[in-house]
Amino acid sequence: MYQYNNNDQTLIEERVAQFRKQTESFLKGEISDDQFRALRLMNGLYVQTHAPMLRVAGPYGLINSKQFRKLAHIARTYDKSYCHFTTRQNIQFNWPKLEQVPDILEELASVQMHAIQTSGNCLRNTSTDHLAGVCIDEIEDPRPYCEIIRQWTTLHPEFAYLPRKFKIAVSGAKHDRAATQLHDIGLHLIRNDAGEIGFRVLVGGGLGRTPIIGQVIKPFLEKKHLLSYLEAILRIYNLFGRRDNKYKARIKILVKETGMEKFSELVENEWLLIRDNLELDAVRIDAIKAQFAPPAYEADAAQDTSFVQHQLENKAFATWIKYNTADHKTPGYRAAFLSLKAPDSPPGDMTDTQLDAVADLADQYSFGEIRSTHRQNLVFADVKQADLYELWQQLDALKLATPNNGTATDMICCPGLDFCSLANAGTISVAKEINEALDDLDYLHDIGDVKINMSGCMNGCAHQSVGHIGILGVDKKGVEWYQLTLGGSSENEAAIGERLGPSIAKDQVTKAVTTILDVYIKQRLDDESFLDMVKRVGLNPFKEQVYASN
Amino acid sequence: MQVIKDKQIVDDSWSYVADDTELKDGDISVSLARWKKDKQLLLKSNGKIGVRIGPADSVEDIAADLKDIQLVELDFPAFADGRIFSHAWLLRGRYNYQGEIRATGHFMRDQVYYLSRVGVNAFSPEKTEDLPVALSNLNDFSVNYQKSIR
Repeated sequence: MYQYNNNDQTLIEERVAQFRKQTESFLKGEISDDQFRALRLMNGLYVQTHAPMLRVAGPYGLINSKQFRKLAHIARTYDKSYCHFTTRQNIQFNWPKLEQVPDILEELASVQMHAIQTSGNCLRNTSTDHLAGVCIDEIEDPRPYCEIIRQWTTLHPEFAYLPRKFKIAVSGAKHDRAATQLHDIGLHLIRNDAGEIGFRVLVGGGLGRTPIIGQVIKPFLEKKHLLSYLEAILRIYNLFGRRDNKYKARIKILVKETGMEKFSELVENEWLLIRDNLELDAVRIDAIKAQFAPPAYEADAAQDTSFVQHQLENKAFATWIKYNTADHKTPGYRAAFLSLKAPDSPPGDMTDTQLDAVADLADQYSFGEIRSTHRQNLVFADVKQADLYELWQQLDALKLATPNNGTATDMICCPGLDFCSLANAGTISVAKEINEALDDLDYLHDIGDVKINMSGCMNGCAHQSVGHIGILGVDKKGVEWYQLTLGGSSENEAAIGERLGPSIAKDQVTKAVTTILDVYIKQRLDDESFLDMVKRVGLNPFKEQVYASN
Repeated sequence: MQVIKDKQIVDDSWSYVADDTELKDGDISVSLARWKKDKQLLLKSNGKIGVRIGPADSVEDIAADLKDIQLVELDFPAFADGRIFSHAWLLRGRYNYQGEIRATGHFMRDQVYYLSRVGVNAFSPEKTEDLPVALSNLNDFSVNYQKSIR
């Protein structure tokens, strides 16, 4: 994991000092609401329904145990003892006091953390694959490039006042677990015909009101040109992106309105003028790579036999292994998912006690590192197979071992009307109801890979438009209604879900979801996944049942 | 009037002449449209010449004239219009402009550090009382990550 040097540390400390002055100036009335809004957003601070919300950066989802303990401390001291993990691997506190935010940022800086550019119309936190560096389908570890991009984006002087927010995601594996096709820029590490590794660059993807899948703008970009190419795209966007209407200001609209051909020509021309000046030298790349060197794996880890034995003897453990762990590059190790989707807790939330306990477990079992995932869970990336049984027992006691990773109850869910001032409808109570309806684990596992994403408004923070089942809360004359979509995906075969039909009332959502799942169970072919079946049969069979029963 | 120039608060010799006002002696700046229209006349004037550019203007339009221009004013209609930052970068980084680049209009004192990094070397804040704070804001950070103008 990347460790700050003196410059990194100085920079975030100076940022805290700057924000402290800005907050004081605002409280004294020296800067306007509008001005302070822009400044606080670029420090992760929103003003929400009940209180400000502070979004802390989890740089490409990597957090160490010391940082986790700090999050626990902040939750306890400045909030109501919990925090929330987001789809872009960040951490949110829902109840800080405005005047205490500089103190919170100072606390974060003491453990190499910050909230810089986690909001606002600027370059946001870069996200990546939560199995980076350990997954078996990896072409190259994306984390060093994420860190290079993190540094490049942090306080970039030219691109701090963009037309709209700008998100970059990097994937280094064959399977896209970072939703890169739905980002303003998506980067895939790929190997070309000559055997060299570089980036396939996608541009113009995004969710929200107008979900669009990104298109390839550069089929192969040499690594040394990474930053110059990003800069070229950003300069064109900064100069020509629409600023007259915030709903048309994302780069996806510029790409759409300009046309991909013309847009790539603009970028290419800009890039040719700057690329020689901005080359990334191999020494720098290697120095950053060295910070992500594999931990000290035990050579004989695979010789353990207890792992198989425990699975034979304990069905619940075997189920957890099947659903909540993933294969690892190194023999004798697995990556373990900590489910933040326990039936009785809001998706993605953690208490201070859980945070502290997870920090201890990370130290004990996974080299002190924790990762947050796009689907709002956590990962211990490097667990010895001999330790998994013990780890499972301890996670179970913490309610972090629900074996539902990748299943229908592993929902992505935004905070919704309960917390967010933008929301039109509640999400947490609906998620709870769906969770309760799907409490039979055998049934849940029989359904298999079904991704349900639910947002409380069309801003789409929970990526409902790419959920296999998407649920979007809408407001109809002050009443909460829900629009369902089917067939979306954020993975390799990215797709935007199609509307099932008219929106449905709040008390009918759970029934609609279970009806959809029943149609799938009855009509699927042998091993056909939910998504494959939707592709094969279309919406009608689902539509008939959902609306027949209403 | 005072402004910040090259990290000092100094008296200002420039005045902006609006499009509907007659040209006058001394160091004057005009809009890009006026510069295009009255270029020959302006080149004969006894003072120095500046051109004011807004976010929607294209810097490329004055690239060939930069040798005759001693000041480029980058005018913020609203602080959030970030095109100005790229205009400054282009003036220095692409067209190698060596004259004064000045931020005017509705920018925030909290933006001067970024502006200075993309090549702006003079600042005329809306409120004169902001000058000392803006001057100190130029030193908000002692380190940075990216290559820009400075």
